[in-house]
Amino acid sequence: MRDVAIIGIGLTKFGERWEHGMRELMAEAGVKAITDANIGSKDVEIVYGSTMASGRFVGQEHMAALLADQLGFKNIPAVRIENACASGGSALRQGYMAVASGMHNIVVVGGVEKMTDVTTSEATTALGGAGDQEWELSQGITFPGLYALMAKRHMYEYGTTEEQLASVAVKNHENATKNEYAQFRKPITIQDVLNSKMVAEPLKVFDCSPISDGAAVVVLAPLEIAKKYNDTPIKIVASEQASDTLGLSERQSLTEIKATKISALNAYKNAGVKPSDIDVVEVHDCFTIAEILAMEDLGFYEKGKAAKAIFDGETRLNSKLSVNTSGGLKGCGHPVGATGIKQAVEITMQLRGEAKGRQVNGAEIGMTHNVGGSGATAVVHIMKRVN
Amino acid sequence: MEKASASAWRKFSARYNMIGNVCKTCNTKYFPPRIVCKNCGRNTKMESFAFTGNGEIFSFTKIHVPSEAFKESAPYVIGVIKLDEGPLVEGHIVESSKEPQIGAKVKQVFRRMYTDGEEGLITYHFKFELI
Repeated sequence: MRDVAIIGIGLTKFGERWEHGMRELMAEAGVKAITDANIGSKDVEIVYGSTMASGRFVGQEHMAALLADQLGFKNIPAVRIENACASGGSALRQGYMAVASGMHNIVVVGGVEKMTDVTTSEATTALGGAGDQEWELSQGITFPGLYALMAKRHMYEYGTTEEQLASVAVKNHENATKNEYAQFRKPITIQDVLNSKMVAEPLKVFDCSPISDGAAVVVLAPLEIAKKYNDTPIKIVASEQASDTLGLSERQSLTEIKATKISALNAYKNAGVKPSDIDVVEVHDCFTIAEILAMEDLGFYEKGKAAKAIFDGETRLNSKLSVNTSGGLKGCGHPVGATGIKQAVEITMQLRGEAKGRQVNGAEIGMTHNVGGSGATAVVHIMKRVN
Repeated sequence: MEKASASAWRKFSARYNMIGNVCKTCNTKYFPPRIVCKNCGRNTKMESFAFTGNGEIFSFTKIHVPSEAFKESAPYVIGVIKLDEGPLVEGHIVESSKEPQIGAKVKQVFRRMYTDGEEGLITYHFKFELI
């Protein structure tokens, strides 16, 4: 196995991008990434593309070939990866394996979702497909509904409060104000969250990540030649993934995401690091409860202890551990297929020292955590700056 | 969302009568029914098993923003029910004078789930009622 590095990153602004369609968004992020990597179109050997539900959102499947074509990569293999909300992280892992195995040298991984062309209820139906269609979506159990069921049980078992849930959104909006790519650049208060419209009790609109348009692209290369293209390649030191039942109620517990725990344990082992070594992490906060679960399942806090720690400010920018410096899914936006790759872009920016107003001081080791559905897929990457 | 009647028909025994299955080797009971036992793999025999539908609320939520097919029904209460026979199962908790809470006892009832337009199929499903 060869060492793999990220040598180029590109991101669109996330949000309501009515003036741009799916292909324009992919091209915008892709051009930035190949320019950043200082490569030519002919250097790219394979493309991995990720989108969760482009067929539902814009009627377009077969997205990876479109991505390759729009970026001018002539006739190279292109493969779409779909793993619900973890499509991006899963595609990144496929790209990682292609380089690590020695099969390919320069690999482009790009994710996109164009979500704002449909109504909220159409989007809710499309996203509901991340859960179990036959037993959840068919009964009207929405995606926020699944996380609401987890939140309610977490509150029951550990005394987690609605104010503590709200504090996740407040922190992530605060970080998003410092990120030029973020959808929401406006600070909010705990009271704003508590007063917002109910979606699925106890989750309100401001507990939920938004419906967003956006794309993110990274370029991967073997570490041994990475310096040829980029002065600060970011080494991927662990790439791990696990799965679980699609249906929430087919699991033993509603208050942990086992696929996250397994991915994280393997990632720490393979990278030779422990949770306390991580300087900056992008976690999958599709809902506020999801960030609380992630902080526990990734080993940063004991079960039941994360909500209070977040409320107390321990995970704000440059405090004990900087979490979701991009603004997370909540503040930066959640164009589903792009999210897992956007997380890698943010960590690359942090480890390069290019995160401008939201730079984590002395960031050396970073982590990304991408979840699909209510936890049927989890992908964890650990990355390190190479000096 | 089910436009086709075949996909509903395939699930009638489970959705109408809560028929799941049980592994004859490790005795684990499953709802929904599955082909392969999670513990024993394929080296076992799976048999139909009718759940009583009695259990207690393990978690619940009231959904205010529904998916397309449930636009007319919102808000509605969804529960994760711990069945007396073991498994957790998700389902509607029907309206009653009592407020749902974790630990409250429920029983299974047979109700209409949704109607697919004026001429479409009416879908029925088990739901839960507070005792």
